[in-house]
Amino acid sequence: MAYVAVKGGERAIDAAHAWLAEARRGDPAVDEIGVDQIASQLGRAVDRVMAEGSVYDRDLAALAIKQAQGDLIEAAFLLRAYRATLPRFAATLPLDTGRMRPLRRISAVFKDLPGGQMLGPTTDYTHRLLDFALAEGGTPPPAPLATPDAADIPRVHDILGHEGLIEPDPVAGGEPADLTRQPLAFPAARDARLQALARGDEGFLLSLGYATQRGYGHTHPFVGEIRMGEVAVEIEPPELGFAIEIGDLVVTECQMVNQFAGSKTTPAQFTRGYGLAFGQGERRAMAMALVDRSLRAGELGEDATGPAQDVEFVLSHCDNIEATGFVEHLKLPHYVDFQSELEVLRRIRGEATP
Amino acid sequence: MTQGYNFAYLDEQTKRMIRRALLKAVAIPGHQVPFGSREMPLPYGWGTGGIQVTAAVLGADDVLKVIDQGADDTTNAVSIRRFFARTAGVRTTTRTAEATIIQTRHRIPERKLREDQILVYQVPLPEPLAKLEPSRAETKKMHALADYGAMHVKLYEDITRYGHVSISYDYPVMVNFRHLMSPSPIPAFDNPKLHMSPALQLFGAGREKRIYAVPPWTTVTSLDFEDHPFRATRAPHACGLCGATDSYLDEVVTDDRGGRLFCCSDTDYCAGRRA
Repeated sequence: MAYVAVKGGERAIDAAHAWLAEARRGDPAVDEIGVDQIASQLGRAVDRVMAEGSVYDRDLAALAIKQAQGDLIEAAFLLRAYRATLPRFAATLPLDTGRMRPLRRISAVFKDLPGGQMLGPTTDYTHRLLDFALAEGGTPPPAPLATPDAADIPRVHDILGHEGLIEPDPVAGGEPADLTRQPLAFPAARDARLQALARGDEGFLLSLGYATQRGYGHTHPFVGEIRMGEVAVEIEPPELGFAIEIGDLVVTECQMVNQFAGSKTTPAQFTRGYGLAFGQGERRAMAMALVDRSLRAGELGEDATGPAQDVEFVLSHCDNIEATGFVEHLKLPHYVDFQSELEVLRRIRGEATP
Repeated sequence: MTQGYNFAYLDEQTKRMIRRALLKAVAIPGHQVPFGSREMPLPYGWGTGGIQVTAAVLGADDVLKVIDQGADDTTNAVSIRRFFARTAGVRTTTRTAEATIIQTRHRIPERKLREDQILVYQVPLPEPLAKLEPSRAETKKMHALADYGAMHVKLYEDITRYGHVSISYDYPVMVNFRHLMSPSPIPAFDNPKLHMSPALQLFGAGREKRIYAVPPWTTVTSLDFEDHPFRATRAPHACGLCGATDSYLDEVVTDDRGGRLFCCSDTDYCAGRRA
């Protein structure tokens, strides 16, 4: 009888997991992929998983990608679940990206500027032709080296800031919000919003940012600066009273310069949108900066007409771990609820007089 | 037991945070308490809220039962039961009478619960007003003001359109005459069991990061009108396996010619009657 189909769940789960492991390994005649290969050769996937998984650890992210068979949302979920078990020791000082030694630094608002334009390892000007030679493999010729400037490279918005043309950095007030400890509440302050966006789904941020460009909450953005490189992480233990460096991160930062705001009494200034991503995450950082700026509509007295300006809508739906869980849970059994729907529908139909 | 993790997976700090939320929830029956929900090693939607609540109240001497759709043998119930067997090493059971903690998805057991038992519900959408008002900032105000008119209007509109309230599961309830509450997607048939239950009832919504509770012996009423009283419905059949006429029934399709088997959704209740 068909009823037995729902029995034996335990055996079915074991068998499914065994099959999954076999499918993950793939054809045994092909070499198994190493976590080190993923970490070093699939770097952009690793960056995305670190950002959405909210853990900066290339090796763990690479392991998660391997375990998830390259499903990056699943990999970010694995990393998040691991993250939830880690203790928190301290809050770091704000990263000083002005002291970053950039691997890439470009500005779209000035042709040249102190520190210069530095392309770095970008795909921007590649022709998107499938490189069949890459299928064969091989070692590329070494890239030419330039000697970097020894001095710090000033951030573009600091240059604009000297003239008061752009709003200043907000003043950091104590320990920032942490939505992994205190759930989001609305209206959400900018620190909580930025944290949510930094972990948010890249595709979702990208589409929302795109929508603002097409008129659903326009913010007139210019890329003030994008920089990517290593930056020091510092904490200030209370018993020491001074900052110590505990490591380095590679991050991508995007500063958008947006339409100005002002009044008869306050001189007009450019406003800003901010994006920061672990690793080399330029698309993510740019989209985040667009969405961050559009979420400031209320604070800047703009009409909120587009979805990207609705703080509750954006923040409640940007997390792909939550989203994938709730969408996919629909495949779990719902036959009790469906049965109750059947009974109500049958009753209503039975009583309807045609 | 799995090495390298704390008893029942969560660290003690996290459990303490959850217990504080639980105490607040018990103190204000039906009120949703925000909590710092963690990513669990099971996906959101699989019962992460219920699992966190269970982990926070579970002790080494507890006996755990896990059901999904009333059954102990559905895959997700098996998976969660195994999770706690692995991470806490507690005794598990499929017998409602033997369990001290029962984690459930979508059902309340048929057998009457006792004062020494805790029922933990997995909750997908804790906000009963969500389908009427999507903004949680707004619904929070509505709860604060006990402004539940919108829900009564919804029920009224159902009655004018269909002759009945069309909500068949997750039927909204009033707790302790004060808070409108989602009973989780249990069939409306189960709603009367919420009322004056001797057992403590805890509700966990992991993705939405909310905990709420119905303490023992609390008044829980399903929303209705004097001229359209609440009615708990079930399929008008006897269980095809045990013959019960008082239990909630699953409808199992047995062939492609309209053949149906109606049988108890509560597998322990059904097995107990056949034993």
